[in-house]
Order: sequence, then structure tokens, then C-alpha cells
Amino acid sequence: MSDAQDTAVIKNDPLPGMVEKKGSSLWLTHVLMLIGIFFVFFPIWLAFVASTVTQEAIVTPPMPLLPGDHFLENYKRALFSGVNVPVTTMLLNSLVMAMGIAIGKIIISLLSAFAIVYFRFPGKSLFFWMIFITLMLPVEVRIVPTYEVVAGFGLLNSYSGLIFPLIASATATFLFRQFFMTIPDELAEAARVDGARPMRFFMDIVVPMSRTNIAALFVILFIYGWNQYLWPLLITTEPDMNTIVMGIKQMFPSGDDTADWPVIMATSILAMIPPVIVVVCMQKLFVSGLVDSEK
Amino acid sequence: MATVQLKNVKKRFGRTEVIHGVSVDIEDGEFIVIVGPSGCGKSTLLRMVGGLETISEGEVCFNNERVNDKEPMDRDIAMVFQNYALYPHMSVRQNMAYSLKIAKLSKNEIDSKVSDAAQLLQLEPYLDRKPKELSGGQRQRVAMGRAIVREPSVFLFDEPLSNLDAKLRVQMRLEIKELQSKLGITSLYVTHDQVEAMTMADRMIVMNAGNAEQIGTPLDVYEHPQTLFAAQFIGSPSMNIIDAAVSGGIATLASGAQLPLHSAVDAKAKIGIRPEHVLVDEDGPLQFHVALAEPLGANTLLHGKLAGADDAFTVSLAGVHKVSAGGPAIRLSIAPENIHLFDAQHGGRLT
Repeated sequence: MSDAQDTAVIKNDPLPGMVEKKGSSLWLTHVLMLIGIFFVFFPIWLAFVASTVTQEAIVTPPMPLLPGDHFLENYKRALFSGVNVPVTTMLLNSLVMAMGIAIGKIIISLLSAFAIVYFRFPGKSLFFWMIFITLMLPVEVRIVPTYEVVAGFGLLNSYSGLIFPLIASATATFLFRQFFMTIPDELAEAARVDGARPMRFFMDIVVPMSRTNIAALFVILFIYGWNQYLWPLLITTEPDMNTIVMGIKQMFPSGDDTADWPVIMATSILAMIPPVIVVVCMQKLFVSGLVDSEK
Repeated sequence: MATVQLKNVKKRFGRTEVIHGVSVDIEDGEFIVIVGPSGCGKSTLLRMVGGLETISEGEVCFNNERVNDKEPMDRDIAMVFQNYALYPHMSVRQNMAYSLKIAKLSKNEIDSKVSDAAQLLQLEPYLDRKPKELSGGQRQRVAMGRAIVREPSVFLFDEPLSNLDAKLRVQMRLEIKELQSKLGITSLYVTHDQVEAMTMADRMIVMNAGNAEQIGTPLDVYEHPQTLFAAQFIGSPSMNIIDAAVSGGIATLASGAQLPLHSAVDAKAKIGIRPEHVLVDEDGPLQFHVALAEPLGANTLLHGKLAGADDAFTVSLAGVHKVSAGGPAIRLSIAPENIHLFDAQHGGRLT
């Protein structure tokens, strides 16, 4: 009770340790921030402008800096016809892949971290270190053998092929392991006395207690899955299975054809929206999952 | 309701033996306090009864039935932990209902049991709060509530009051004792605090370095300590121990002072004198030099040395005494029946 009130009071005040600036330094920090934002935001702005004008307007210099009036037309064309395949299909593919990777990674990491922290079995530390060592092997390093395996299973051009090779995560396992080790042993013992078998303890106590960590990881892993480029490029040959991030690249024509810039730019903007939605919606949980020590 | 028997229970971690064989018969409804300094193995012993530690040797029986290999949940026990171990993401109600939910009781049954326990512990206003919104004493009560809703046959308490402040500890001590006698559930209670042990126990087990030094009622342990350790651990301030040669019913100290005893043994012995049993007596055999006086109001503690000895000696006199350090020696005497005799070598009691 009193804790809650205390924090409420603290939150109204500037955080302790923050220096309040006045005069010229206040302006300087703001100018620097605005410059930073300008650098980051300007390319996105250009992409947005390009997605609202006609092809002619883009190719005739100077390039327009203000949005045109072809917004609806360009986006409709991108979403429902696209260049090779409608962008809606690619968005759906990306969504399935990103969700599959994020959810799958979280489930597998939760379970393996649970096994490593709460069970005593032969070779426990060996397994832990084996998982840990895979951190050193990103997708790109093992891409050729992985491709062999996936092709051998006949998983090319399928959601399974997109998701499964990327689904194990040493980082997430490690993160959950560290979190589980901060859960007091007495809690596991209390659950044992209360009659909870291990999986019951896992579902009723461990998973709910890890919810902020799960949310934070979900955001990171969703974006990781969404932004996969090389792997989908390798294993999807049919346009129907293209994910959006690699699909943008596929929209560039080969040879002398002209690129349909307004549609490509509209696709780029569309590709950015889902990760932004995820981050904005889960921002609060995300931050508390990474920062909060109070469990 | 259950009786509990420990039969020569031993615990080893690897090669180190930490509990060297403890045997005790606990009657149905008895409140047993296991007391000892930290590291004496008292919590380990409790956890073995609870099934949270394996038993290396010996037997634990509930109602004469061996439970060594049973999981904690199958032993029909409930445990209260030192840090309460409440599930932080559940409300008080959910915390208390969790074991019943696992036991698949009907919702009505769970509700009525939880509200009964909440009423008993005056937790009704807090049922929908989370543990972190409660004070230490309230959390302690929730932990108690979680234990009593299950109506176990044995309660285990692992230093449940040591995270509370002194005043609350006294209050909770009374509440726990009252609750236990109301429910009549056999209880084992671990503490390092000898006041808790004295006030709550039907019988206490004084543990030291993995051995049960003495098992008996609090007053029995106070009046007839069986070992030097039990003598010094129980009682505050602790008992003074002096080397002496005993023969013909007289103890002769190193200084030459002679104390009459009520029993006749011949031995090189250590004699134990409780500070509160010392009397100021003009003709007493002991000379005491005061180094420090602590007036506590109800009594006055005098710390110092006996003439001709180097060991610290403490005297507790009832009421207020104006004594200053470094003054003339005070003469003291002790009633013969208040002198405890212990074997000089192995510390056992000599009658």
C-alpha cells in the first residue's frame, strides 16, 4: 500500500539524478535532437512522398518533397495487385512467419530454461553450454547446411520452412534462465507443498511471473522475424510465399524495365507498419520487462 | 491430526554429515519448537520432515507410517516459510485457494474454506490485494492462511517471524500459538530465538551442530539443562560457567571460594550459575568486581569478573541498583539447588 503511494509521488517529480537544464544548453539539446530526428525521419518521409505521387513525378527532377494526390490509388494498387504478387499476401506471409518465430521461440526457450533451472539431469551443464554456444552461429553462418536439411524435408516454399529453422533461440533461453534463477527457491517449494507437479508449477507460477519478460522478448523476436531477409530469399521461390521484406527486393525489375517506384515505396511504408504497431502497443510492457526488478 | 516420529534421522550433503541422528516422538497436537544457533541443522531437519530434503538415513513416520519417499504434497503437511513465499502474481484469495484448486475441490468448497480462514486471520479486507500491497505482518498472516485452508495434519514453520519487527513478532507469536491450540494441529516450529522457543513450545528440541542436545519442556530445559550447550543457549543473559573441583558436596573454585552443593559427586567439573539466581549477600563466598552496569529498569545487569578468575561473569539483580563500575567488590551467594554441575570434559550434566 505505502509502496504504491511512494512510487506515485516519485513519478510526479523529475527523476532523481536528472539534471535540469536552462537557457542555451536547453536549446542546444533540443536542436541536436531535432537534427537527429531529421536524419532518421527524412528517408522515411521521402519514401512516403514517393508513394503518393505518380511515376513521372518521381523520375523527373527535382524530386517532390510534399505528398501528392495519388495516395489511395498507389496503395490500392500495391495492396491488391502489387508487382509480382499483391502486398496483402506478402504481409500475411510475413505476419505468419514473424508470429510463428516469436511465439515458437518463446515457448521453446521457456521450456528449455525451465528444464535447465529446475531439474537435475545428467549432462545438464553440457546442454546449457551447447545451447549457449549456438549464440555464436547466426543464421548466415549455418545457412547452407540448413538449406540442405530444409530442402531434404521438402519444406521449401512453405511456412514450416520459413519458421522452424529460425525457431530455436539461445538468447531467449539464456534470458529466461537468468530470470528464473531470481525466482526464490521457496516459491518452488511452496508450490510443491501445495501439491503442484512440475508442469503445473510452470504454467501457474513461472509463466505468469515471466509475463513482462515474455512481452519484451515478443517485441524483439517479432521484429527479428519480420525483418528476416536472407532466409526467405533462399527458400521461397514462388511469389505466393514471398515475405514482404524480401518481396520489396523482388519488385525491382531485372534488365531494362522501369521500376514501379510509387508501388515499391507504398510497399516499404506498409512493411513498416506492423512492427511499429507491435512496438507502440507493447511499449509499456517492453520497457518494464527490460528494466523492472520488482517481480 | 497426526503423530510424528523421527527415528535416528541423519542428513549428509556429499560426505559431510550435517545431522547426526535425531530421534523424537511427537504426539498428536503437540507444538514442538526446534531451536538452535544458525547452521545447527534445524531448518534441514524441518525440511526433511516436510519432504523438501531427502533423508540420508533413518526414518520419518507420520502416524507410524514411513513417509521417507513421499513427495511433500502426499504427506499432508503445510509449511510457512521465512520469506512467506507467496505467489506474487496472485491475489491473497488466489494464494490461499491455490492448493485447494490443485486438489480439485468444488468452487463453493474453496470459497467457504478461504473465507473461513480469512475470517480467522482477519484477512477479509485484503482478499483481493496482491502480496506486494500488504505489510510484513499481513503477508505473514496470508502465509498462515495458505497453510490452514488445507487442514493439514502437520504444520511446519521455518523461522516465520524473523522478518518482522520486534513488536509485531511478539503479537504474531501469540497469534500463532493461539491458532495452533485452537486447531489442534501437530506443529514443528524452527527458530533461533530462544524467547519464541520458551513461550510457544510444548516441548523444544535444542539443536547444536547437528545433534539434538536436549528434548523437553521449556521449563525442564531451563531448570535441568542436560548439556553445557543447552544450559548456555536457553536463558537470557546466558548462564555463567566456572571451572571448579567438586568433592563432598562442596565446589571449590580457582580462587579458593567454596560453594555448598545439594548433591554429592566427586569430579573436576564446570558449575553453571544463572545470572538471575545470584543473591547479594554480605557473607557470600564469591567476590565480584563490576566492570559495567546495565540498568534495564525491571532489573539491573552487572558485567564483571569474579575475584581470582578471568572469565566474564554476569549478574542480574531484580529492581534498580545504583552500582558503579570499579567500586569495591560485591559479595554474592547462590542457593545450592540453583547450581548446575556439568562434566568438565564432555559437558554432560552431573546430578
